[in-house]
Amino acid sequence: MRAASMRRFLPCVLPVLLLAGCSAPEPWVKPYQRANLADPVMLDSRRGEAGNYIQHVYGARESARGAEGSSGGGCGCN
Amino acid sequence: MAVTDRRPATVALLWMLLLMATGAHGATLPEDKVDAFYHRYEGGGMTIDGPSVLVRKGAGNQVSFSGQYYVDSVSAASVDVLATASPYTEERTEYTLGADYLEGNSILSLSYTNSSENDYEANTLYLGISQEFFGNMTTLTIGYARGWDTVMEVGNDSFEEEADRQNYQLGISQVLTPNSVMGLDFEVVTDEGFLENPYRVNRYVDPSDPTNYLYQPERYPDTRTSVSAAVNGRYYLPWRASVKGSYRYFTDDWGIDAHTVELGYVHGLGPNWTLEGGIRYYSQDQADFYSDLYDYANSQTHLARDKEMSTFSGITFSAGVQYQWEQISVPGVDRLQLGLLVDYLDFDYDNFRDVTASGDYLPGQEPLYGFDAWVTRASVLFEY
Repeated sequence: MRAASMRRFLPCVLPVLLLAGCSAPEPWVKPYQRANLADPVMLDSRRGEAGNYIQHVYGARESARGAEGSSGGGCGCN
Repeated sequence: MAVTDRRPATVALLWMLLLMATGAHGATLPEDKVDAFYHRYEGGGMTIDGPSVLVRKGAGNQVSFSGQYYVDSVSAASVDVLATASPYTEERTEYTLGADYLEGNSILSLSYTNSSENDYEANTLYLGISQEFFGNMTTLTIGYARGWDTVMEVGNDSFEEEADRQNYQLGISQVLTPNSVMGLDFEVVTDEGFLENPYRVNRYVDPSDPTNYLYQPERYPDTRTSVSAAVNGRYYLPWRASVKGSYRYFTDDWGIDAHTVELGYVHGLGPNWTLEGGIRYYSQDQADFYSDLYDYANSQTHLARDKEMSTFSGITFSAGVQYQWEQISVPGVDRLQLGLLVDYLDFDYDNFRDVTASGDYLPGQEPLYGFDAWVTRASVLFEY
């Protein structure tokens, strides 16, 4: 009974404890350390809209869909 | 009971407070730009090409508007068309209007898309929120899209059916080290309404016909729910290059399971050139109700012989190049980029047969179908 109460109580208490700074992990990659991550070679967005187009091609020819970070309607299939 | 009902909301609120308290101001709106490209798909008897133009313009520091115009000009003589109909041409036009609103480290996005063909109309509304937190090392994106489609049929003015679609998206991007980042994506899609294609048919054995089979209209379930989950990772290499890998699992209540694996390499060459190459493998199992050849007419409730519902696999090889000028002498232009992307796709079907193959084949003995295609995109992008 007590264990069950704790399980219900913990998700409410944990964020409060973390807000109080008891054990919150610190971000370990600082903004000035992110030059490489911001380089175009690391970003799909360097290709612009032309890069997203291929998902439209796959969407018309494969049954799988979703989890590719794009949305839209209709198709030029058949 | 009432306390139990409020509890998830309370927990969510506390976690949100935690996320906002540990966040920092760092989210940025996309650059003002014009992004145009020409696309061409050629393979499997299909040629689809056309332009796309996107214009994005900020209004103040917190709002960015975008508009996109996109065209698919289709010339179709695929195996599905040739089996039972004549080649045709059609055009699909798509317009998207969008707005992004930046508040602190959150971006709220709203867009509306209209896609129009002579026999298909699709309207989609998208709402998304993206939030950076944990020292901007983590980005959480939640999206919802609602689509209203109208399905029509050329030559049958009395035919008009509806299909409604809903997408629920959740994405997390996490910086791991100064050189690596990973992402998780999760999406549920539900469809309801007329989900089949009014032109497509399936075949069944009929010994009374000279070909030993006849065709009947396809009949899909009127609901479909799918779940997909993806993980991806990217690593920066010391010679200004990167490698990436991703995997996606897909499953739906039509019995289709699919796996997608992708690997890519990007290479920076001096300040202006970027070269890239990649490979993608896709495989899926058939829908429960799919058959290349049914035993007799109306042998089951749902009938489909779409090759997209069969068991098959596909492999893609891709290559690309971009060239950019950062300090360009054109007034008002901050950056100009030219790009070329080329993909080669090859699909092989395990239980979809080519009824157009020349030769004398018994039904169900025809060679298995396969096709390849080239996808090319040439782009011009400038930021201003």
